[in-house]
Amino acid sequence: MSDEIPEEVRSWIGQERYQEKGEFPVEQGYIWTTCASVENGNPLYWDETVAQEITEGPIAMPTMISLWFRPHFWAPGRTEVAQPLQVHFDLKEKLGLPEAVMTDNTIVFGEPVRPGDRLETSQILHSVSGPKTTKLGAGRFWEIEVRYRNQNGDQVGAEHYTGFGYNRAKKEGE
Amino acid sequence: MSDSYEEIKYEQVEQGQSLPDLSYEVTATTVVLGALASRDFRPMHHDRDFAQNRNGIQDIFLNTPNQAAWFERYLTDWTGPKGRLGRIKFRMKNSVFPGDTMTFVGKVDAVSTDDQGCGWVELSVNLSVGDRTVTDCTARVAVPKDEEDNPWNRKGDAWKP
Repeated sequence: MSDEIPEEVRSWIGQERYQEKGEFPVEQGYIWTTCASVENGNPLYWDETVAQEITEGPIAMPTMISLWFRPHFWAPGRTEVAQPLQVHFDLKEKLGLPEAVMTDNTIVFGEPVRPGDRLETSQILHSVSGPKTTKLGAGRFWEIEVRYRNQNGDQVGAEHYTGFGYNRAKKEGE
Repeated sequence: MSDSYEEIKYEQVEQGQSLPDLSYEVTATTVVLGALASRDFRPMHHDRDFAQNRNGIQDIFLNTPNQAAWFERYLTDWTGPKGRLGRIKFRMKNSVFPGDTMTFVGKVDAVSTDDQGCGWVELSVNLSVGDRTVTDCTARVAVPKDEEDNPWNRKGDAWKP
């Protein structure tokens, strides 16, 4: 692996890319299914009176933020698998690092997300490290921010990921 | 105000305070339901054969967005519905598999009021299975300052997560 970061990758740093709308509006069914999956009995999500009183109507669990951008598993005419965090996959390809893990994830929450919202997202690469070697192998760390906005332009959240792309370390005997 | 729920108020929170533990026995259904609820269709979260033979791990495992939802549930079980998450950060070290009993343990690291008058609680939450730490999480959660305050009413510059 060269120490130099390719010029194309360098040009992505700080640039807002992949501005996209979610494929479907925020929906109540997923909110209940997610609550059920973690047995979340918070009355905000189950009791309309409480939701009206506290949040002026129903909202989604804030940690569901990335769900609204996960592509359909299949859609008519789609020939390639759609990736929800494209910058991460671009980096793997351009840097020649076939394996990758996420090491840290920070989610910052803004305006509540409500059923019927049509959310928009964009991705920003903030940094790419020099070559690093960990127990997984040799590669680079990178930091990506994903911004989420609603149809009114309000920021509803942002996620910050630290990824490590690498070539697997060879084990003895390999 | 509704009396159908309990809530914690800022004045009741102190640095060093412990949250009630939460333990949960994870099954394959827990993992698959969590993955599909978060629209994560990748096979390592529903196909044991793929997890073992392609990923080289023992079984399907809980996915990241569903772990975030578990942390949220743990935190808002404690705060009540007026508790509003400002930020969570987590670092995953291991995985949660069917057959595991996962345990959440939390404590208050700091309590403060910002320049907008919003009351904040900083917490550490550890998710473990037996002696194995799975994920370390820190969270910043707004709680009501008094009977009249509701963190969900804060918008724009009045919300500083």
